[in-house]
Amino acid sequence: MSLLEVKSVSKSFGSLAAVREVSLAVAKGELRAVIGPNGAGKTTFFNLISGFFPPTAGSIVFDGVDITRMPAHRRVALGMARTFQITEIFPELSVAENVRIGAEVAAGYSRRPWLSRKNATALRRRVEELLVLAGLAAKADRLVGELAHGDQRAAEIAMALALEPRLLLLDEPTAGMGDQETYDITQLVRRLHRDSNFTIVLIEHDMRVVFHLADRITVLDQGRLLAEGTPKEIAANEAVQAAYLGKVA
Amino acid sequence: MSVVSLPATRRLARRPMALALIWLLLLAAPYWMPLAGGYTALGTRVLVLGLAAMSLNFLLGFTGVLSFGHAAYFGLGAYGAGLALKFATASTPLALVLGTLLGGVAGAVLGALIVRRRGVYFAMVTIAFGQVFYYIAFRWNSLTGGDDGLRGFSRQPLHLGAFTVDILGNAEAFYYFVLLCFAIAVGMMAFLLRSPFGRTLLAIRENERRARFLGIPVELHIWLAFVISCTFISLAGGLDALLNNFANPRELHYSQSGDIVIMAVMGGMRSFWGPLLGAAVFVVLQDYVSSLTTNWMSFIGLLFVVVVLLFPRGLLGFLQRRTDA
Repeated sequence: MSLLEVKSVSKSFGSLAAVREVSLAVAKGELRAVIGPNGAGKTTFFNLISGFFPPTAGSIVFDGVDITRMPAHRRVALGMARTFQITEIFPELSVAENVRIGAEVAAGYSRRPWLSRKNATALRRRVEELLVLAGLAAKADRLVGELAHGDQRAAEIAMALALEPRLLLLDEPTAGMGDQETYDITQLVRRLHRDSNFTIVLIEHDMRVVFHLADRITVLDQGRLLAEGTPKEIAANEAVQAAYLGKVA
Repeated sequence: MSVVSLPATRRLARRPMALALIWLLLLAAPYWMPLAGGYTALGTRVLVLGLAAMSLNFLLGFTGVLSFGHAAYFGLGAYGAGLALKFATASTPLALVLGTLLGGVAGAVLGALIVRRRGVYFAMVTIAFGQVFYYIAFRWNSLTGGDDGLRGFSRQPLHLGAFTVDILGNAEAFYYFVLLCFAIAVGMMAFLLRSPFGRTLLAIRENERRARFLGIPVELHIWLAFVISCTFISLAGGLDALLNNFANPRELHYSQSGDIVIMAVMGGMRSFWGPLLGAAVFVVLQDYVSSLTTNWMSFIGLLFVVVVLLFPRGLLGFLQRRTDA
């Protein structure tokens, strides 16, 4: 059974149809990449899944629950976490505090005026664990706003992981990065997928990253579903080549 | 390598000396203030307005939401405590609790209507609601005394079992009563800010969108912060009514809200104690300059401009940076 099932969703902004009748089903444990030329509607599609705004038509089912009109923070409680194309963090808080806030929310502590010693210790361990997983243990006390771009992105991913998501949505995790940073983040995502068995949907521009990581690829073009398949099938797909080459030419 | 930045919430814990100094200065104020040309009631006024500015800053500095109508809740606390003493009870603490509840409940009701507004719109709506209360206090002559303010009540001695503390005739005793209330309120705010709940407020201040996608119900948390802030500023208002044995409708006016914002920003809204310093500078300067000229506000305005231009983190932010370096 699919963990995430998007059924024929559309989204219009006034007369602009940003997403038109796109469907997608992601199985548990799968790493799915969503690609497409600029303006293909990838980010809008992502915003529909994560609940930034509701679709104009169609429905979204997450683990058997219809979430089409559910507000974002309740989707998080169901096990959906996302990162943003432009890194969204708490710049004037430390890396550990950023992750800790996520862990506290996940544990249901967000309105607690205090924590028992036992809970506080468990929480601290959890934060350390996540910092190690994201490769940020040495930078725990630095303010996130002062870190390099790649580390900020890793911190954002760690914060999303703190929510113990069953589905991780990554919006262009390597956007604006150099080769080394791109490599580091790719390795991080790969570890999360292979070793920790996270189900991941990611939007990505960098084709090396996509073909390196993804189990399956969904291609959008002008708001429509153009193709779906394994990296091999997509690479051989003529419609996809035309869409990309057409943009270049 | 020498740059070590301390996260805001931990700054307190790592500065036990600074904290001890603040409390020592406050505890000894009735003894050193006269030597510095002050008097005890001036110290009490610093505490009252300091509490008001710190309460506002719970919302402004630590949740990132600017209210321009907090004087209304200050005034509700003042009128609530005053009316309770005048008509209902001879117990000063009970009157204070009633005044605080009045402001807190009003904050809860109005807060629910405005938490979806942001930025300028939030500030405008808080001004509008604040002015509603101002006009009620100004016009309802039979109850509030209208333009003349609420008179005909005075703080009553405290009865503690066998003891009676005369906070009416003894200015020092009243100062320590206010300091006790101040310490409880400030202690509770500091405690809340260091809790998981407090961290969600910082998260909202830092990045509301991220907070929302972490699963924090942002509106609910802003509402809670608003209610907490209104409750503590009402306590400050109640104490102000006790200090003067008088409640003034002008204390609900939006210009008073502006004064409280100035205190918080001038002192440093990113630091917990900054607003107290801001209030101290404001109150002392007002007391001193107003004896020389009626245009005292232009001096405070000038100082405010200088502080904002030269020390964007406020007076205390500037001092902290100096000691960090």
